[in-house]
Amino acid sequence: MTGLLLLAAWTAQPADADANLGRRLFDAQCALCHGIGGAGGRGPVLARAQLKHAPTEEALKTVIEQGLPGTEMPGSWQLSPRETGLVAAYVRGLGKLKEEVVPGDPVRGAKVYAGQGCAGCHAVAGEGSGYGPELTSIGARRSAAYLHEALVRPGAAVPEDFLVVEAVGRATVRGIRVNEDSFTIQLKDPQGFHSFRKSELRSLRKLAGETPMPAYGKLAPAELTDLVAYLVSLKGRP
Amino acid sequence: MRRRDFVSGLAGMPLAAQVPFERVLNAGAEPRNWLTYSGNLLGHRYSPLAQITVENAARLRPVWVYQFPDTSNQVSPLVVDGVMYLTAPQAMMAVDARTGRNLWRWSRPAPKDLQTIGFGRTNRGAAILGDTLYAGTLDGYLVAVDAKSGVERWAVEVADYKVGHCITVAPLAVRDKIVVGISGGEAGVRGFVDAYDARTGKRAWRFWTVPGPGEKGHDTWLNEAWKTGGATTWVTGSYDADLDLVYWGVGNPGPDWNGDVRPGDNLFSCSFIALEAATGKLRWHFQFTPHDTHDWDATHVPVLVDATIRGRARKLVINANRNGFYYVLDRVTGEFLHGNAFAKQTWASGLDDKGRPMALPNTEPTEQGTLVWPSLQGATNWFSPTYSPRTGWLYVPVREMGAIYYKREAVYKPGTFFAGGGEMAQAGDKAWGAVRALEVATGKTMWDFRLHSPTWAGLMSTAGGLVFGGSNESNFFALEARTGKPVWDYQTGGRVTGNPVSFEVDGRQHVAVASDRVLLVFSLA
Repeated sequence: MTGLLLLAAWTAQPADADANLGRRLFDAQCALCHGIGGAGGRGPVLARAQLKHAPTEEALKTVIEQGLPGTEMPGSWQLSPRETGLVAAYVRGLGKLKEEVVPGDPVRGAKVYAGQGCAGCHAVAGEGSGYGPELTSIGARRSAAYLHEALVRPGAAVPEDFLVVEAVGRATVRGIRVNEDSFTIQLKDPQGFHSFRKSELRSLRKLAGETPMPAYGKLAPAELTDLVAYLVSLKGRP
Repeated sequence: MRRRDFVSGLAGMPLAAQVPFERVLNAGAEPRNWLTYSGNLLGHRYSPLAQITVENAARLRPVWVYQFPDTSNQVSPLVVDGVMYLTAPQAMMAVDARTGRNLWRWSRPAPKDLQTIGFGRTNRGAAILGDTLYAGTLDGYLVAVDAKSGVERWAVEVADYKVGHCITVAPLAVRDKIVVGISGGEAGVRGFVDAYDARTGKRAWRFWTVPGPGEKGHDTWLNEAWKTGGATTWVTGSYDADLDLVYWGVGNPGPDWNGDVRPGDNLFSCSFIALEAATGKLRWHFQFTPHDTHDWDATHVPVLVDATIRGRARKLVINANRNGFYYVLDRVTGEFLHGNAFAKQTWASGLDDKGRPMALPNTEPTEQGTLVWPSLQGATNWFSPTYSPRTGWLYVPVREMGAIYYKREAVYKPGTFFAGGGEMAQAGDKAWGAVRALEVATGKTMWDFRLHSPTWAGLMSTAGGLVFGGSNESNFFALEARTGKPVWDYQTGGRVTGNPVSFEVDGRQHVAVASDRVLLVFSLA
């Protein structure tokens, strides 16, 4: 009997250690975007039962290992297969937690979106302008808290590669960087697309942290909550 | 019939390449050709051709394009009397240097279970000696083919691919031998430099870069760690004929980021070694990064130059190292003469008077992560620098990038990733690249041309006063060697991933570079 108990204690310890390691690895490498406990942030909420890109255990490991091409999710080649498994197990465990409830009414939020003229800069499913970030699947990529922050303090929540640039050549163009290399830069502003060779510019200022997005903290709290609920509901094509 | 037509169509172009070693040794005397990996045996990657100049480079236009079967090609072509020799993983090709048309192609099937652990599938080029072309393969073979026909002459197994060995390096022809290195530093292999009889393929010597029991340096490893010590040799070395010494760069110790299992300096990882060409005997070594835990391979082309240091004429080997420091060594003795940081680094307060870095505390990888400059890809990497005898400066492709380094468990299992951690590199505008001109004796930056992101392409200087280079954003460009002023650039449509070369055909200077899936060749319009 004593022997059995001892055995149980001995086997339980590595399992706990593994779970702890899975959490620690997640905290060190994943939480920066997905939030502590998978609560979401720049990256989507992981504390939910269904993960869009990882319906199975194997798919989840593959996403962790290789990332998601075309998104901001990088691969984690530095993890050993065992460590990848531990992180996957930890993320799966988060799905058993109670899912985040987003307050607000997405239908009313859609009206706020229309009423505030968001489509003047953004596009959803092809409707709207191509100037600002495209929002068709924004709810699959960002948490409610992050979207709320982006509405109230836009400068604090710009996408990773988002940059406003002021190019002074024959005219001055202030726009969002579309692409850049060592010799050229491509910008877009509400009028459309601009291409410059850097050698032809008198000045090129990179305005890190700036954004043409106005702050919407002035909205009534209920409108703001509804607008966030609408944005969270935008999950892209099923 | 077709064969005869084909031959007559190349009137005047000798199909029988004959490249005795004297031609390789005196490569500078025939600037129309590119006879060895770095253009000459001194590692200069300098072309004495001067038709393309600062004044006319803006007229450079593509002449032909060669398409490879795969991406991220890093080949540095050879050119011999109108024929260009290219490599790809498991393949060698000869093409008409005037038109880009194929002359022959040799290939070796890749085993189904082939894996490259810790790097992409690539091949950096061939060596030529006599009428034979030599290249390595990912499955660990060194292969010799008839340069006239591509028919295989011999193939020898250098090392077993199943435990992670690979060959990506371009071999180096030295007298009657072919010197070759090995990849696999993230798989816990034990590194070496080999030399093979060029005629028969018989191994002439092997120098283990992780010394075994009884060998010099073995005491810098504890217990059994030497058996999985890495220290691979995947970038082509240089050769000094007067000293009869082969210089070769050695890679990181294994496991990369978890040094706990391998206390000690871990010789000859992260070192330059000088080997006697005839015997492979070690003449001297210099270790840039003792007990490396950041993956800062010293797999660089050793650049051999002669210069006056503190009033005395010296034979030097110089190196801008992945660890962020620039080094000047005496290449006769290995003596450290000078060193200074050439890029941002946050891991050492400097170098002591023997050139040993004075490491700062709290710069080791940890479970939570430690932010350090440079990133694991280094302040520079495998891609070649260039030395121009016209300016006397070394031009370095630079990466200004930090990374969060993680330490993870490292369990050795043959043929698997044995790295003990990794990094999360800084992305976007936080990181950038540069072409940087350094004065040889002092390491002083003479000019700096900023690149949009940390580069992965080599440089070539020319007697036309130019430095050619490439960027991740597909720019292939020429800078004025004296000032760093850009004089020409071209959008290739794919990341520039190769080392440029130059050659002459039909009396016209050409410049070639590998860019992802293609090799582009330019000359003046």
